[in-house]
Amino acid sequence: MSRRGDWVYENNGGTCVAIAGADYCVVAADTRLSVGYNILTRDHSKICELADKCALASSGFQGDIKALHKNLAARELLYQHQHNKRMSCPAMAQLLSNTLYYKRFFPYYAFNVLGGLDSEGKGCVFTYDAVGSYERTGYSAQGTGSALIMPVLDNQLKSPSPLLLPARDAVTPLSETEAVDLVKDVFASATERDIYTGDKLEIVVINKAGTKREYIDLRKD
Amino acid sequence: MAGATDLPPKGGFSYDNCARNAMLVEKGLKMPGFLKTGTTIVGLVFQDGVVLGADTRATEGPIVADKNCEKIHYMAPNIYCCGAGTAADTEAVTDMVSSQLQLHRYATGRESRVVTSLTLLKSHLFSYQGHVSAALVLGGVDVTGPHLHTVYPHGSTDTLPFATMGSGSLAAMSVFESKYKEGLTREEGIQLVAEAIRGGIFNDLGSGSNVDVCVITKGKTEYLRNHQLPNPRTYVSSKGYNFTKGQTVVLSTKITQLKPKVEVTEGDAMEE
Repeated sequence: MSRRGDWVYENNGGTCVAIAGADYCVVAADTRLSVGYNILTRDHSKICELADKCALASSGFQGDIKALHKNLAARELLYQHQHNKRMSCPAMAQLLSNTLYYKRFFPYYAFNVLGGLDSEGKGCVFTYDAVGSYERTGYSAQGTGSALIMPVLDNQLKSPSPLLLPARDAVTPLSETEAVDLVKDVFASATERDIYTGDKLEIVVINKAGTKREYIDLRKD
Repeated sequence: MAGATDLPPKGGFSYDNCARNAMLVEKGLKMPGFLKTGTTIVGLVFQDGVVLGADTRATEGPIVADKNCEKIHYMAPNIYCCGAGTAADTEAVTDMVSSQLQLHRYATGRESRVVTSLTLLKSHLFSYQGHVSAALVLGGVDVTGPHLHTVYPHGSTDTLPFATMGSGSLAAMSVFESKYKEGLTREEGIQLVAEAIRGGIFNDLGSGSNVDVCVITKGKTEYLRNHQLPNPRTYVSSKGYNFTKGQTVVLSTKITQLKPKVEVTEGDAMEE
């Protein structure tokens, strides 16, 4: 806490998106790591596979994010040893919230999207602020390009209000390939207009068969 | 407002709002940002002339405001000028000097010289003490031969065989420093300038999109707009998008006629 008052954070940019379907979840992020007008690397993964059928994509300060991912991975390992099973995605979502709120007054400078399958095998997306407020949604975008991407997702995937009673299903009506196609397109568009998004797109698709990663190129300027 | 009059301004800038704005800033108002061309601009002297180059990205903070803007400005038929900094300033300052040069040519009947435009630019910039934020690479061929200059926002200038400016200047200069030599041919010159600009486009986030080039030789100027397009869109969705009608619920409808019909009953129709 002694450093509070100084600006101890840096923004390394980047954009994260997740879309949940009936029996799949797509988690995607670009691989550019930058500071100011400089690119530090064009090949830095922002997606961490945690727990069972669960992936976390984070943008913000990659120093904090590395520490956060390491912490969560360690906590998940402890859980495995104590309970003799992998942590579920909703459990990891609550753990992430607690971990973020634990540092309420010296936060992790991290904007997270957690995607995966819940215990029923349905797609789920959890979206966070930097201090642990979170919500289960059908889709979400975080990071420097989120303001460009979110309205497009709203238009294409529009989910029911979380306040509706009885609660409606938040998953999107798209098929898995349609969702992946949409993710590729919104990233190509965000890269056109956001200087911090680019180089490559990493897509993690989670379904009952397991998880698979794929990459496509984005603009490198 | 003190000092404000109803007379039309005679020219120059209006400082009427300065005191008010200073007060608002003190009270916590955040002033709006301006369009910056966080830019890579370069120029070099070759065998028989100069080559100028620029990228085509204009930014507003982290957002790309224009993907294909023009940063190589016309000064005279034999002189062009690349601009970096606040877009409005580079545009205004080059337009102003270019018209002064045109008038000078009408008066003298001779081709403009590069030093003339250099002097006009630097004296304007110096008198505004760096507040007109234009960083320029000025190049041209006149009766005394090819010339290349850089102009800084405060009005200082350099005369150089190769020059770079803008946020991508370091990336571009590293290319020039490793490959520039005296007596390059026209093709080698264009190639080196394009490579330096690409250095800025790919390694500086303030620069991007396409490569513009301008080649000036004795009695001939070629403006190669979008000489290279190294950044095409990487992915196009296989299917289009549907925006279905009727997504917004109409609660009520009321039509108001804004311009009622008027019939002229007496008098003649107006003459032209």
